[in-house]
Amino acid sequence: MTTNKEQRTANSELLSLRGIEKAFFGIKVLKGVSFSVPAGGMVGLVGENGAGKSTLVNILGGNLQPEAGTLRFAGADYAPQNPQDAARRGIAFIHQELNLFPNLSIAENIFLTRFPRAGTTPFIHRGEMHERAAELLRKVGLEIPSHRLVKTLSAGERQLVEIAKALSIEARLIIFDEPTTSLSERETTRLFALIARLRARGLAMIYISHTLADVFRLCDDIVVLRDGEVVGSGATKTFTTEKLVSLMVGRTMNQLFPERRAEAFGSEEGAPILEVRDVSQSGVAENISFSLHRGEVLGLSGLMGAGRSELARILFGLDPRERGEVRLAGEVLHHLSPPNLIERGVAFLTENRRSEGLCLDAAVADNLALVTLPQHGRTPLRWLLRDSLQAAVTRIRSVVQLDSKTSDTQPVRTLSGGNQQKVVLGKWLLSKPKVLILDEPTRGIDVGAKFEIYRLIHGLADQGVGVLVISSELEELMGLCDRILVMRSGCLVDDLPRVQFDRERILAAALGTAKEVKS
Amino acid sequence: MAATPVTNLESRTTTRLRSLCLSEYLVLALTVLMFAALAPFTPGLGTSANLLNALGYLLPLFIVAVGMTLVMITGGIDLSVTSIIALTSVVGAKLMTSDGGGTPAIIGVLVMLALGAGLGALNGAVITMLRLPAFIVTLASMMFLSGFAVWLTQSKNIYGLPGSFLALGQRLPIAFALTAALGVAAHLMLRRTVFGRWLYAVGQNATAAHISGVPVRAMTFAAYVASGLCAALASVMLTGRLETGSPVLGREILLDIIGATVVGGTSLFGGMGKIAWTFFGVLFLTVLDNALNLLSLSQFSITITKGAVILFAAVLDAVRNRFVVGRS
Repeated sequence: MTTNKEQRTANSELLSLRGIEKAFFGIKVLKGVSFSVPAGGMVGLVGENGAGKSTLVNILGGNLQPEAGTLRFAGADYAPQNPQDAARRGIAFIHQELNLFPNLSIAENIFLTRFPRAGTTPFIHRGEMHERAAELLRKVGLEIPSHRLVKTLSAGERQLVEIAKALSIEARLIIFDEPTTSLSERETTRLFALIARLRARGLAMIYISHTLADVFRLCDDIVVLRDGEVVGSGATKTFTTEKLVSLMVGRTMNQLFPERRAEAFGSEEGAPILEVRDVSQSGVAENISFSLHRGEVLGLSGLMGAGRSELARILFGLDPRERGEVRLAGEVLHHLSPPNLIERGVAFLTENRRSEGLCLDAAVADNLALVTLPQHGRTPLRWLLRDSLQAAVTRIRSVVQLDSKTSDTQPVRTLSGGNQQKVVLGKWLLSKPKVLILDEPTRGIDVGAKFEIYRLIHGLADQGVGVLVISSELEELMGLCDRILVMRSGCLVDDLPRVQFDRERILAAALGTAKEVKS
Repeated sequence: MAATPVTNLESRTTTRLRSLCLSEYLVLALTVLMFAALAPFTPGLGTSANLLNALGYLLPLFIVAVGMTLVMITGGIDLSVTSIIALTSVVGAKLMTSDGGGTPAIIGVLVMLALGAGLGALNGAVITMLRLPAFIVTLASMMFLSGFAVWLTQSKNIYGLPGSFLALGQRLPIAFALTAALGVAAHLMLRRTVFGRWLYAVGQNATAAHISGVPVRAMTFAAYVASGLCAALASVMLTGRLETGSPVLGREILLDIIGATVVGGTSLFGGMGKIAWTFFGVLFLTVLDNALNLLSLSQFSITITKGAVILFAAVLDAVRNRFVVGRS
């Protein structure tokens, strides 16, 4: 039985979440999230990559359904099954990746699902459409004719069109997901002015951003998410940047790591095996220079979009570079391409194992053999020596500890995420690499398999392999690596040896909230 | 080995039926069934004269289908094969008859094969370098090459080919040996060499193959060269058998080639296919075509029936892709 006070609080809450839980393949991503957005309020939602923000947004938007918990919006139960449900109730989303059609006009984009008709005919009343669009554009302060095609607009202008779209459905709650990442200073100022105007009209908002300064400036309340749980919430004035960062980063290690010798490489480090100098590609990376040594586990940290995976792809020859030099064991590589690099002992596990690392319909053995196939082919016809191939496959299966219940002929699609990743790893290990680049090696993998992969990585480093690990999980990097590089917006902004590992410092470098500290 | 699980609720008949449907010998079984069913009604189906005639249809069809299989495994398609047949036929014929100075048959054959490979290379180059869809590229070359062949001969056939050349298409032991050699070579390449594994990888996931160091562009290119070469070899046989260099040679068998390959079980989506399957598909289509002709059905009825059968095969292919995974 709710008391009068609870009743009043409940009435002034526009959106309320209670105990929201969500799991993917048994791994809990949201562990009972509860918070609320008051009518006309502005709540900032902050958290690291992987904290669960996107999942939460998807649940609010009807793309995913929670396993447990309740949602209430405007005093009624809210359980959207699809995005249309969310729109109907008056919740609009301004996503980081804008959902506009560049080949259509502004007005067509705004009214895509609700074109004004000419009476009862199926024909679109274009006059009315443009009139209403023009008015919406006026409201958001965009002085552009509504028949302009979206592809001619800048990122900031497109975002305003999205907001106009939100107003057209008479949204009462707008959720902004990383709105300022692609905006210029001027566009950001314009956006904030618009937000202030919309708030004055009573719209409530959720503002998700890594730019903590903006969160402090705009929001009344802040909710901090970490590992699928709300670890802090309250009025903005009760937080400081330091407190926010420390809440985001947390104190407990929730994964076990194999022992890593602390002075793994101190003064007598191995010789550099991979040297990168001034690698640049406009829009992606800027003057990246670093060295990876033999036997070193080097971590690459940073926010999503900082350019880490893009850098790895450039190093492996999958994407072009404008300038820069890459040296392998002292030898300059002029032409970077997968066959070239594989021949020289470089291996690359991409972050999308299903689409880029595996032939899902092929057998386990076929996938394991793919990189090193030529080694088992007798020239000139490249006749396959099946015995040596089978021996290699069997050997690597036990090295990566692939589940013995999976057969060699089983299609890889049927394996669990952890076993799939082991297949990709095994495939590359067969090539006896000197440099191993791993992009999100434990994404979507259960704790047990993660530990096995960490052990493998350390074992490889002990044998003298240079390992570059890209990961969005800071704890993982800190437990695994000898050194961590931090990237932000395409630049390398920090470089810490293990003895100086510090969560706050790394996160601050990734977010850009602290002055850059170069070791 | 059946990859699909069997529930306890299924009857034994259903299970047997299901494993037959998904077995790679389904098409062979259907062919035998079809032959047995039609034999009582079709005059002359079992006679040796008819069987020899059927072989004349089957052997060149199988040769081209081998090339088509390789291309399809990479996930592509080659619509220009019949135009390559026509163009190589007229170029070879022109060379070998008094028109071209009466060059010896062996040169003529080599030129035809080289031309076929070269045209395939052209297809392959455009597809891999310009990254255009195989369908559009080979459709365009089909139209171009066909028109070119007609223009070269001013729509006239070329007669008077040397006897040694005709033997290649007419002397059954030679034709049979050539076809068998090609089939075996292609089968071994696919199954027992690195190149074969690479072809499958390209069709299954070209991106993953590329990252894993597979020379994706080179393998795709090679598949189209092989397809052109096979078309040229089939042209040698057909030209010899019909004793005519014809600019419209092979025009009517494009559907048969693609249909036979797909009916056999090679997937249009790529990554799956075997020479043995293609052989079953060609055999199936041969018996079908042969029987329909003997039943004196009109040409339209024959094409309607063939079309329906191939549509059925494509549906089966899609269904198989969805429910049965990882047939190697």
